Amino acid sequence: MLTNRYNRFAFFGNGKPNKEDLMTIRQATHCQIKQGIMIAALMLALPAGISAAFAADAPALPEDPVAKGLAIAEETDRRNQGFGDTQASMKMILENAYGETSERELRSMTLENEEENEGDWTLNVFDRPRDVDGTALLTYSKILDPDDQWMYLPAVKRVKRISSVNKSGPFMGSEFAFEDFSSQEVGKYSYKWLRDEACPDPVAERTCHVTERYPLYEHSGYTRQVVWTDTQDYQPRKIEFYDRKDKLLKTLTLTEYKLYQDKYWRAHDLYMENHVTGKSTRLTWEDYAFNTGLTEDDFNTNALKRAR
Amino acid sequence: MNNWVVAYAKAVVKLRWIIVLASIAGVMFLASGGRFIEFSNDYRYFFTEQNPNLQAFERLERTYTSPDTLLWVMRPNEGTMTTPERLAIIKEITERAWQTPYSIRVDSLTNYQHTTAENDDLTVRDLVPDPEALDKEDANEVGDIALGEPVIAKRLISEDETTSAVVATLRMPRDDQVATSKVMEYARTLLADMREKHPDIRFELTGSVALSNSFSEAAQNDLKILTPAMYIVLALTVFLLTRSFSGTLATILVVTLSAFGAMGLVMGWLGVKLTPPSAGAPTIILTIAVADSIHVLVTMLVEMRKGRTKHEAIVESLRVNWGPVFLTSVTTAIGFASLNFSDAPPFRDLGNTAAAGALIAWVLSISFLPALIAILPVNAKGAIVRQSEFMERFAETVIGNWRKLLVIMTIVIIAFATLLPRFVFNDRFVTYFDDRMEFRVASDWAAEHLTGIYQISYSLSAGEPGGVSNPEYVAKLEEFADWFRQQPEVVHVSTFSDVMKRINKSMHGDKESYYRVPDEREMAAQFLLLYEMSLPYGLDLNDQINVDKSATKLTLTLTDISTVEMQDLINRADTWLRENAPEHMYSYPAGQAVMFAFIGRNNFDAMTSGTAIALILISGCLMLALRNLKLGLISLIPNLTPPIVAFGILALFTAEVGFWSTFVIATALGLIVDATVHFLSKYRRARFEHGKDAEDSVRYAFSTVGTALWVSTFVLVIGFAILALSPFKVNAMLGLMVALTVACALIIDFLLLPSLLIALDRRKKAANPKLEAASSAPAE
Repeated sequence: MLTNRYNRFAFFGNGKPNKEDLMTIRQATHCQIKQGIMIAALMLALPAGISAAFAADAPALPEDPVAKGLAIAEETDRRNQGFGDTQASMKMILENAYGETSERELRSMTLENEEENEGDWTLNVFDRPRDVDGTALLTYSKILDPDDQWMYLPAVKRVKRISSVNKSGPFMGSEFAFEDFSSQEVGKYSYKWLRDEACPDPVAERTCHVTERYPLYEHSGYTRQVVWTDTQDYQPRKIEFYDRKDKLLKTLTLTEYKLYQDKYWRAHDLYMENHVTGKSTRLTWEDYAFNTGLTEDDFNTNALKRAR
Repeated sequence: MNNWVVAYAKAVVKLRWIIVLASIAGVMFLASGGRFIEFSNDYRYFFTEQNPNLQAFERLERTYTSPDTLLWVMRPNEGTMTTPERLAIIKEITERAWQTPYSIRVDSLTNYQHTTAENDDLTVRDLVPDPEALDKEDANEVGDIALGEPVIAKRLISEDETTSAVVATLRMPRDDQVATSKVMEYARTLLADMREKHPDIRFELTGSVALSNSFSEAAQNDLKILTPAMYIVLALTVFLLTRSFSGTLATILVVTLSAFGAMGLVMGWLGVKLTPPSAGAPTIILTIAVADSIHVLVTMLVEMRKGRTKHEAIVESLRVNWGPVFLTSVTTAIGFASLNFSDAPPFRDLGNTAAAGALIAWVLSISFLPALIAILPVNAKGAIVRQSEFMERFAETVIGNWRKLLVIMTIVIIAFATLLPRFVFNDRFVTYFDDRMEFRVASDWAAEHLTGIYQISYSLSAGEPGGVSNPEYVAKLEEFADWFRQQPEVVHVSTFSDVMKRINKSMHGDKESYYRVPDEREMAAQFLLLYEMSLPYGLDLNDQINVDKSATKLTLTLTDISTVEMQDLINRADTWLRENAPEHMYSYPAGQAVMFAFIGRNNFDAMTSGTAIALILISGCLMLALRNLKLGLISLIPNLTPPIVAFGILALFTAEVGFWSTFVIATALGLIVDATVHFLSKYRRARFEHGKDAEDSVRYAFSTVGTALWVSTFVLVIGFAILALSPFKVNAMLGLMVALTVACALIIDFLLLPSLLIALDRRKKAANPKLEAASSAPAE
């Protein structure tokens, strides 16, 4: 996969590839995913209007469970490539076992990273609670190294660089860890396909690949995750998180998928349930915008101060 | 009634095979409920759902994280824990502690999230990420840093750096015996590995999960060791008394069936969980059930020796004993049933099981026992007679000295009564277990060298969502924490204000002058957001801040103080909060220690009315049975004074009692009343049916029931004294005190009661025996 990415970006330098080109190159350079991809890529080369219909088509997958697991992850990744940049608003509703709730709101900007061995760049601006209004977090996510992170604190008008290996703690006190919703790069895990079965509700009529993935990052909070990936659109429907003693800790259910740009699926409702503490967090996305013209200049420490 | 009983008794002899088989089948059915019996090891089971301290505890648990903990505490024989090698041990335990089933958090010296700052770079990392890479100086510095952090100093490392602890927080499923066993098995394996690998370091295991486990281990120990011991004592006593193998066998069968039937009925069919207090039920049932059998057997043997056939003797024995056996069974059952007033459900279960046992024993004693004896061969050549000669001599001594005895006994009782106000409740739950329990040894040792096990927590509201960042709130928290730190009872205070001060310092380039509450609310909130973002899984602040950041948890670790001192501390803190803090911040503390601090008082209040009602009911039964108001009133004295004397004796040794003490009187009352019933009913028969005077009636009572009384008292004392061998001190002290009370009761029945009868009853010396006799139907 990394080879693939390397090749892809080597061809196009820093320019943004359009999706047709991307698929062709990808197909041409990929050695593992065979015929199915080729057909799919050819179809993708047709006018964009058909590409949504294409999404229902499944690529041929290898037999070997490890290769198959990787291929599924790569297919998911492939279908998200080329989105360029997005902006959206996020709302989190935290609930404890007692039924008490609390809300968090932030805006998120993402820039697809074209560098090899690196994840996407994000900038989160916190709106609520009121006390942290204007606080902004810039993350250059990495694959196997600690992310680079800076935070702008308006109360002291300073940017602080955070040096920590930890991505596994609760994000704003929620049941989501930063690693749960930071950019999902293929290289962050090793994989194993387990079985195919009916997808979880509310899309039980569909079929899902069930894959196990094992975090490669040393300081991950998990031993493994089990992912239900829809065989039609290759989007995750459910993820189970197993803690360090390999016990089921949390379940994430992703629903309200919407298609953007006729290609990019985004879940708008992410419900994370902690089975150990009985706490839960519902994370909802709103106002997705693609290709808003963000550039690298919008993702540096100076931009952080302006982000409000 | 006699004719009816005789007809019944004859039927029992005739239908003996059917009755034996039917009884066994019936009890087997009850006992088959035993397959549903479950152990409970949840300390919360000692409290009712209405208990306000339990409710506060559960609110705290749901708002923050679970309060269940395990602590591995270690201390080298020589030197400190802060050497590279020993830090590596801490790290190894920390990592293995993460693998403990149900663990959600592990805190140790090595994984403490240490923040450092250089200009605008903030670093958050494990205090000791790699102990092997440290040299001696680095290791020393780790110790210095740790002792500078109030969050961990004196909690995870002692001030002299010789003792350190790894604390796992667990989210245990409620009341799940298997889960606790699994956790303890893992924790003990880890402990054993460490002890083996590092013989120069002492390792111990404590914490609330170890406490829960001790409860179930104590219960199992009682069932495994005390109950069989009780059997041996019973078999020996009954055999020595009756010199009859058949009689002994029959008695053992009766008490066994009673215990199994009652346990199966209450614990199995009614689904009550077995706890350490109710694990004492079989021993108690064996004790109380044997008395009925003894009375029936002894009379039968005496009648056989007089020349009756076995079947005739059985009928006569049932006739004579029908009334007393029924009465004593009912009063015993009432006494135990009054434990239902208790605020501690395990004691309700104990009471109900023992009451059911007493009633089943009664049914079996008048059906199964005579039927079985009718079948088995019985040889009545034993030596029971000599003992009654001794009782007659004893009676003469009492009658000859009744004035002296009356005065001496009255003085003794009043003297003991004056000692009672000394008593205070003390329910430190660690002391529920004696030194034979690993938990007790480990907890005492940990408390001596590092940290106490008694913790109380306050959920302190900031008044509004996000309010925990309000500088006024944090400053008030700090003030409250500082106040606690000045109190001699407090070992450690865990407060959010320390966290906030630490963050503030790190956000200002680690300048010492910024080790204080941040100046502005927004600043504090943003610092906190950044800090929380940098923490790893399991080491977050959710255990001390609630979801909407409107309250924080302040936790005190206390020294080994009594519950009275703890109540006093709580009261002082209450006053401080009312006088110094805003109204929204006011809260009442919660925690295991708080729950047990009030268990004595709550049960005292509940059991006072329970005991009073039991007393009224039992005295009512007595008066009905004696059909004589005067004797009924006199009976109150030997029934009420034994607990006074017993507690008076206890007061000579200690002024502290646990909540078990509130159950002693109710439990003992149903038992001590038996002796009074037997003595007074014989006295009444002699006085009013045979027209004798008070002194002769006392002689008659002594010679007829004296032997049986001291034998049955002996069995009761031994039975409850065996309970005193339990490593669970609640059971042990309850057993000891009931045994002492029953023993005192016999002394009072033999010395004070006759003297009282002679003093109060002698003026009416045989005035009109026929009239008296006509007005009172026979009680037996």
